Amino acid sequence: MEAMTSLPLMTLMQLLFDTLLGFALLWLGWRALASPDLFQAIVLFIAFGLLMAIVWVRLDAPDVALAEAAIGAGLTGALLLTTLARLEAKNRSKSALEKKHKVWLMTENVKLKTASFLWLMVILMLLVSGLVYAVLTLQEQTFELQMLVSKNLESSGVSNPVTAVLLNFRGYDTLLEMSVLLLALLGVWSFGGIPKPHESLPGPVLNMLSRLLIPLLIIVAGYFLWVGSDAPGGAFQGGSVLGAAGVLLLLVGWRLCIRFVGLPLRIILVFGLGVFVSAAVVLIFLGRQFMEYPPSVAGALILLIEAAATLSIGITLAALFLVGRPEFRRHK
Amino acid sequence: MLLSEFFTVILLLAGAFFFLAGTVGLLRFPDVYTRLHALTKADNVGLGLMVLGLALQAESWAMTGKLILIWLCVLLSSASVAHLIANAARKKGIEPWKQ
Amino acid sequence: MEIFYLSIAFFLLLTLLAGLWRVLRGPTAADRMLAAQLFGTTAVACVLLLAQAFERPVLRDVALIFALLAAVTAIAFVRRAWASGEHSDAAK
Repeated sequence: MEAMTSLPLMTLMQLLFDTLLGFALLWLGWRALASPDLFQAIVLFIAFGLLMAIVWVRLDAPDVALAEAAIGAGLTGALLLTTLARLEAKNRSKSALEKKHKVWLMTENVKLKTASFLWLMVILMLLVSGLVYAVLTLQEQTFELQMLVSKNLESSGVSNPVTAVLLNFRGYDTLLEMSVLLLALLGVWSFGGIPKPHESLPGPVLNMLSRLLIPLLIIVAGYFLWVGSDAPGGAFQGGSVLGAAGVLLLLVGWRLCIRFVGLPLRIILVFGLGVFVSAAVVLIFLGRQFMEYPPSVAGALILLIEAAATLSIGITLAALFLVGRPEFRRHK
Repeated sequence: MLLSEFFTVILLLAGAFFFLAGTVGLLRFPDVYTRLHALTKADNVGLGLMVLGLALQAESWAMTGKLILIWLCVLLSSASVAHLIANAARKKGIEPWKQ
Repeated sequence: MEIFYLSIAFFLLLTLLAGLWRVLRGPTAADRMLAAQLFGTTAVACVLLLAQAFERPVLRDVALIFALLAAVTAIAFVRRAWASGEHSDAAK
């Protein structure tokens, strides 16, 4: 009897929760884009990341929720705040004349905007209709794919289907994602050297916090790496937590020794990608296809690749945080 | 209803009350320092009560440990961050609110 | 019991959305950052409740990440965004 009455109520409550969550997400996305104050936009973006992670929780996709919680809500917020600090420092150093010039340019842009508004609308409409088409033509039943994955799960070497797909069946997904991250770092490095930091001493509270939190973050990163083979987790989740530890170190004022900034740093940055590609290439010479892991060693191979990837992803994320290329002075 | 479920309900309701109080404080209090005060109540006590309530329903001791670890993390960072923000606000020259 | 967990999570979501008013209103950058801190804790509680309501213990790891990384954003704010010179609306 109780089940009869409580079931529709549960569905109703879920519907209410999801509706509120969905509308809040849309509103936050709009406000974060439309806000004239950049700092306010960043805080709204952090809130957006938190709600997005809850959305992934509701969609029962814990792997994505973990990545979103770490990268979307945690690291991106800190990255944007640091970028804003650098932007403002640059703006302040500009002369008043340049500022006037800039204002004049901006009003020019506003006039242009009304003319190009129609074009923008046309492009956006095309994009939206393309997306709508893609959603409408999506196959409703992906049951066959699920069956295919669960049938082959045993030969993949891991028992978490998401890891099996991302590291084995569709390994190039992860491979390309890691290259994207590396490219992003190259983009940041193209902006030039690191701005001279003029920061104060961290003080006792921040010192204590970092000393407690950084070891914990490193342990949790290892936990996500290890647990990834049979539960949600993996290289990206572990890597982003490791990256958070690096970011915290940089914020407290720790700097990499100049000896390691050159070649050693670059080797670690490409280490994950290197191990991934060389594992795939070596298998070709052993008479298999590109990225076709033999089932007997697949589990060990995936763990090796993920460990290397976790390290590289973590260091890359922390290096992104430097907002510039670390100076590498050659000894004369 | 089981006794443990009864306690869970009480603890979760109390936790939710602290979150409500924290939000009301965040919206109604006059300056940064008083808002910080309201906020840390929600962080420390509100989440603490929630975690306690949920720990009663946890399926294993390991899960209870994880819940408490989560609470300790929030406790540590919220207390330190409250200090850091208040200190930064003081250095910026934001005057505490005086009646 | 599941409905109760979900209702509390719904209530927390409502308080989070109410807190957004402070983000929009300001007036100082610190006020906005405080709101973000509260959102982080609310999200932790919300995810823990959802994990209990739908009996998915795995989801607690999401809450663990929220809890661990909550400090990183706030420290970036104190050490970078608010440390260097005046922010436009912080000089009140």
